[in-house]
Amino acid sequence: MAEFKLPANSRITEGKTYGQVSGAKRAKTFQIYRWDPDSGENPRTDTYVIDLDKCGPMVLDAILYIKNEIDPTLTFRRSCREGICGSCAMNIDGTNTLACTKATTSVNGTVKIYPLPHMPVLKDLVPDLSHFYAQYASIKPWLQTKSPAPPDKERLQSVEDREKIDGLYECILCACCSTSCPSYWWNGERYLGPAVLLQAYRWLVDSRDEATGERLDELEDPFRLYRCHTIMNCAKTCPKGLNPAKAISEIKKMMVQRTL
Amino acid sequence: MKLQSDLSRVLGLGSARSGAHHWLHQRLTAIAILPLSLWFVTALLTHMHDDVVDLTNWIRSPFVTVLLVSLIAAMFYHAKLGLQVVIEDYFHSDVAKVALLITMKLGCAFGALLGIVSVLKISFGMT
Repeated sequence: MAEFKLPANSRITEGKTYGQVSGAKRAKTFQIYRWDPDSGENPRTDTYVIDLDKCGPMVLDAILYIKNEIDPTLTFRRSCREGICGSCAMNIDGTNTLACTKATTSVNGTVKIYPLPHMPVLKDLVPDLSHFYAQYASIKPWLQTKSPAPPDKERLQSVEDREKIDGLYECILCACCSTSCPSYWWNGERYLGPAVLLQAYRWLVDSRDEATGERLDELEDPFRLYRCHTIMNCAKTCPKGLNPAKAISEIKKMMVQRTL
Repeated sequence: MKLQSDLSRVLGLGSARSGAHHWLHQRLTAIAILPLSLWFVTALLTHMHDDVVDLTNWIRSPFVTVLLVSLIAAMFYHAKLGLQVVIEDYFHSDVAKVALLITMKLGCAFGALLGIVSVLKISFGMT
């Protein structure tokens, strides 16, 4: 059965409180999940009070401020700081999103930050995404062709065909959607999850690809594809405004189409 | 301990190459159950005050027999498809999962047979 209670060594305790700011006009409290694999202790939530006038507007700016000025041990991934690399995906205020595009002021009260749900944690806000990336690799996310490339030009695509991958190619593989999906929580070892299925659909509808049949063969599986029960958490949480649930239902339609 | 690459773990035993029919049949039965159950409830209300003879005669009409058998078949098949998804979702131990799946499928088949045979028995006048 699914487990509804965390194992004893994963239960979260209350941690330390840092940085009482005096005279700050815009004080904001951040409660952040902390876990250090080397300490042997349970995870805890540390509380940081900071002055928003001293840092940038986004949650990423705030946690960078905390790391630089208050607690250098705070660990998280970040890179582009503009919503294109997907590194800073985390659970902020109960929703998976990118810290760099989430405005601190959009959160009422304390800003609670946890790592992406139901993934193994490496440290603090850093989840282990190896399995997620291996699932991505498993769908062969590249153009597969059988006919040789034209010698003198690219493989052409009409404007209409190119438009079919709009809403798909923008995915940055931040894993916000997959880790918001209960089906992925319960059956993530076998269910590919919304992000990987959206990517799979991106290659299925690419007019230049010649492996559509093989791709569908590989996806037609009660667990790989059909664990999606369309609860739409993926579409709701996607920080890029994409709709993985729709991509999945399009794959299901293609599956039926080829049997009729 | 199992030394296995991440990709090998993901690929596992490969794709089952099935699922499309399950998905399609779940939807088709759902669509079929909608008018069938509406008809059934309306019929029940209409025949609420019938005595046994009137009711038996009503069931014996070929149209009603076929509709009743269709409703029972669609309902139990739909239940089997749905319960299968629930078990696959929440049971992760192979033994418990397989045992439950088999029990559930046999149970649904039994329920469907029981219902259909009962209707046919009445319909063919063997009561």
